[in-house]
Amino acid sequence: MAYPQEFLYTKDHEWIRVDESIGTIGITDYAQKELGDIVFVELPKPGEHLTVGEAFGTVESVKAVSEIYSPVSGEVTAANTQLQNTPELLNTDPHGEAWLVRVQLTDRRETEKLMTFDEYEAYIKQAKAH
Amino acid sequence: MSAQAGVELKRTALNAVHKAAGAKMVEFGGWEMPVEYAGITQEHLAVRTAAGLFDVSHMGEIEVSGSHALQFLQHITCNDASRLKDSQAQYSALMYPQGSAVDDCVVHRLAPDHYFICVNAANTDKDFDWMVRNNPFGADLHNVSGDYSQLAIQGPRAAEIVARVTSHNHSDLKYYWFRRARCCDVDGMLARTGYTGEDGFEFYFPPPESERVWNELLEAGKDHGLVPVGLGARNTLRLEAAYALYGHELDDETTLLEANLGWIVKLDKGDFLGRDVLAKQHQQGTRKKLAGFEMTERGIARDGYPAWIGGQAVGKVTSGSPAPFLKKNIGLAYLPPEQVEVGREIQIEIRGNLAAARIVPLPFYKRKKA
Repeated sequence: MAYPQEFLYTKDHEWIRVDESIGTIGITDYAQKELGDIVFVELPKPGEHLTVGEAFGTVESVKAVSEIYSPVSGEVTAANTQLQNTPELLNTDPHGEAWLVRVQLTDRRETEKLMTFDEYEAYIKQAKAH
Repeated sequence: MSAQAGVELKRTALNAVHKAAGAKMVEFGGWEMPVEYAGITQEHLAVRTAAGLFDVSHMGEIEVSGSHALQFLQHITCNDASRLKDSQAQYSALMYPQGSAVDDCVVHRLAPDHYFICVNAANTDKDFDWMVRNNPFGADLHNVSGDYSQLAIQGPRAAEIVARVTSHNHSDLKYYWFRRARCCDVDGMLARTGYTGEDGFEFYFPPPESERVWNELLEAGKDHGLVPVGLGARNTLRLEAAYALYGHELDDETTLLEANLGWIVKLDKGDFLGRDVLAKQHQQGTRKKLAGFEMTERGIARDGYPAWIGGQAVGKVTSGSPAPFLKKNIGLAYLPPEQVEVGREIQIEIRGNLAAARIVPLPFYKRKKA
């Protein structure tokens, strides 16, 4: 699966797409592959505050529980509620339909520390080699 | 659990085959093993509805022989090995004096003075040491783990597939019996045993032929829906069947009676390690009891999560997972014995929140006999 060029990425394999001051956050294809069959997703509700680098939700596969870390700080404006009944969307369309939350960014400058598409591709290539 | 730095993981003879098939590899009991190929859910369902092939060569094998072999086994295991006939197998446990298990195992009788014991991979060295140190009878003990590959073929179509790679039809082999057999032109030991809750076989044979046997079995079963299955589905399958896993339901502090394994404890066979404690518990009751539960609220119980009853944390989940065939979230937990009652509402603490669950009868899954 191709990694979208316009996304920014974290070392924990989250992605964010920023439009004006709204960020859409998800997990990458690499992350869903590592997890395996995803069966459960727990997300914050609109109005909750996320802090950069802190866990804000949980994704569970048959085998494991994995926390999701926020790439930015901000207030949740929407959570993808369809994942509650169809968590498997995270396996089939992690960069699209299976976005997790939308946030109103507190400070756009936080995104400057994230990886670009090129940097992330190099990062996972290295991760796979280990 | 991660491997200690600098310690090389052990590999089965099929390691490269698994990697080439795209399996996700993990550390398990000191071994590098496939956890999944196409996905745990798919693999689990294949075993329930068709068949699955497992590389379980990491399992340990110990031979006990000599004129004192039976006497030794009667002393160190809790089941009654004297009831075995040649070519018959028995689920049992190697015992500590405190009534807990060093390991659970399958004892196969090759001859009245010769037994073959299959033990857990991570415990093999510990088991063998314990046997050597508790052998005043002078039985001959050999850790022969390196001499065997072990494949498990499990599922309702397993017998049909095995029939295609053997000259003899082995569907007459009874549950927990075994025989010398030639599969895929390799001589080995074929047992009607398994760890999935389905019909199936386990085949023990010399490692050099592993790759060919694996490939020929997969080829023979292709039209029957046979797929390779990793340790991930092996765990969810055994949990649905409510089989104990050492390190989870069993450890050096939990007695066999607490683990619902009273059926393999033969108090009337004579003295054995741990008998006193077990006889006392049999009379006076146990400190805890293993119970099965299913979640009735959203949430997945996981190993180690606290179990609550009546506003108090009273126990701990030993195995918890989604059950792919039952399509429920299930688990096993140790609870106060007086609280273990089918239908009782309990709660599981999931990352700080309590979610409702209910005690259900075990096993969670029982196959319909053909």
